[in-house]
Amino acid sequence: MKKLITNWNNYPVIEADEISFDYDPELSSKLNGTSTIAHGNGRCYGDASLSSSVINTLRFDKILSFDVKQGIITCQSGILLSDLLEVIVPQGWFLPVTPGTKFITIGGAVASDVHGKNHHVDGSFSRHIVSMTVLTGSGETMVCSKLKNAHLFWATCGGMGLTGVVLAVTFNLKKIQTSFIRQKQVKAENLDEAMVLFAEHSDFTYSVAWIDCLKTGKQFGRSILILGEHAAQEEVSYKHKKLTAKDKSLFSVPFNFPSFVLNEWTVKAFNALYYAKNHQKVMDATVHYDGFFYPLDSILNWNRIYGNRGFVQYQFVLPLKESKEGLKNILTRINKKGMGSFLAVLKLFGEQNDLISFPMEGYTLALDFPMKPGLLEFLDELDEVVADFGGRIYLSKDARMRSQIFWETYPNAKTFKEIVKKYDPENRYVSNMSKRLMLKD
Amino acid sequence: MSKNALILGATSDMSLALARKFGSHGYSLTLAARNVDKLTALQSDIQIRQHVTVDIVPFDALNIKSHQDFYKNIPTKPDVVICVFGLLGDQLKAQSDWQSCEEILMSNYVGAVSILNIVANDMELKKQGVIVGISSVAGERGRQSNYFYGSAKAGFTAYLSGLRNRLFKSGVHVLTVKPGFVKTKMIENIKTPGPLTAMPKNVADDIYNAVVKRKNVIYTKGIWQWVMLAIKNIPEGVFKKLKL
Repeated sequence: MKKLITNWNNYPVIEADEISFDYDPELSSKLNGTSTIAHGNGRCYGDASLSSSVINTLRFDKILSFDVKQGIITCQSGILLSDLLEVIVPQGWFLPVTPGTKFITIGGAVASDVHGKNHHVDGSFSRHIVSMTVLTGSGETMVCSKLKNAHLFWATCGGMGLTGVVLAVTFNLKKIQTSFIRQKQVKAENLDEAMVLFAEHSDFTYSVAWIDCLKTGKQFGRSILILGEHAAQEEVSYKHKKLTAKDKSLFSVPFNFPSFVLNEWTVKAFNALYYAKNHQKVMDATVHYDGFFYPLDSILNWNRIYGNRGFVQYQFVLPLKESKEGLKNILTRINKKGMGSFLAVLKLFGEQNDLISFPMEGYTLALDFPMKPGLLEFLDELDEVVADFGGRIYLSKDARMRSQIFWETYPNAKTFKEIVKKYDPENRYVSNMSKRLMLKD
Repeated sequence: MSKNALILGATSDMSLALARKFGSHGYSLTLAARNVDKLTALQSDIQIRQHVTVDIVPFDALNIKSHQDFYKNIPTKPDVVICVFGLLGDQLKAQSDWQSCEEILMSNYVGAVSILNIVANDMELKKQGVIVGISSVAGERGRQSNYFYGSAKAGFTAYLSGLRNRLFKSGVHVLTVKPGFVKTKMIENIKTPGPLTAMPKNVADDIYNAVVKRKNVIYTKGIWQWVMLAIKNIPEGVFKKLKL
């Protein structure tokens, strides 16, 4: 039965057959040789998990073991981070790395090799994986880790599902004493100050900045730097001492907004309010981890504010040396076009140099653009700038980059393709992205 | 000591939801199904998430001869037995293929009667226990698209009603559950109307609450009671001409 399938940004939408499974052997028996690709909870922003046939992993969501003393967990790939948090937080453990939504699967976390606000300290998700099993394109169920079948391991971390289906993952958790975060917010007048503040606060475990992309002049790139540490027992009030996973959805966007709702002026107004709400230069607070890490998750279906046409996320990273000049260049272009980005997030990555994972040391900026005429051409122009500065685009958020840009900016692309070929010689795992970026022959 | 719930046919979506629900209320669990390999992941998952002991045992509803030994050998005698297994089957195929037809009747009626007889006798002796039978709204009126399944479920509903009548005086409670559409693997490829379709979790919640309140018969979703009332009241002369 064909179904309409899309990812979080409602672009593109495709028609696909869907395979779902509960048990490992069941999956193998349902694969009939047609090219397919694993699809988790559909929270990436592009075409990495879209194909004319997709494997829905959401039923494959069991926790296989949990060592409460050592903080090591093994789970099947379809489990959501939100479900995991409910199990681990009450036992005093937290995810080693988490992206800005808890509604992704562990399989997705591996395939995207997700990063979080602690990248400069803890790296990306792959760093914390002990081992995993992958059903490869050649039909074998293989165990891999940094030591065993390392090629498969590294081509699967950030490999967008092209080596096969991640079945189970064992990874290390992070010890916590409370479910609260000691948060510090610092306002930056402009981009220069924001970058100084990032460097000054690099000892904080968590750091990220909201940035206003539409401000010009002296306040060009004004930001609010948001820093955090897991709060210790003695740092929280009595009623906050109990470890709890909060999973309250406050509000759900009921329908797709008309496309005119988000425009340059409404975004400017929002940004002004958001910046003004921090009435002091530095503000401290103790907040629950749920609000700190997942502010948008409390608004279910927030993607609908972008309307039927959907939107495009654009996230790039620039090498540290080039970051300042590059960011200025790109923000100026966005300014000139008045291409308002409602959500713009700036973050300083630590060092990372893996096979195909996105992060590298330097600044990363994530932007949302409502889909409209001229946008794709504009993003092609930005791609060139990113490439010129030695940066690259995050594949999990990409639905439109030209193949040539990918091959220019991912230095290990060729090796990656060769390894993928070895584990999937007959191209059993193919996505719209792998076709677009020419990752499979 | 914690109570124990035995789930017969434990690999279904409804069983998983029931196991989580009863587990989260402190019941230790015995999961029984034909293929025990399929249960090992469930076992660890429920133990980790619900913090209860889970035993897994092989059980084949169609192998009537094995039922005595199965019940004799289970690690913990249950306080609540939930009979979930069933088979929708292929109506068209079963019309001309006796084996398929028999399988539907055996799974939904004969197998269930066989194992629940054994459970009932034990609980009657102990003068306590709860038996939950998952029947179906399809048993309320036969229709051409699934009357093998429907008639077996009709038999099962009548069986549960008689059993309830018999066990009342010994304090053993029998709950008949009549689900409508439930979003499970069983109807994976069938499009069902949203307002009439329940999620397994909602069905499990309804069943747990009905066990606590010692209800006799429940529909889930509740609206099915009224839908079926309407369907049952269609005159046979009209009904036989409908494409249902």
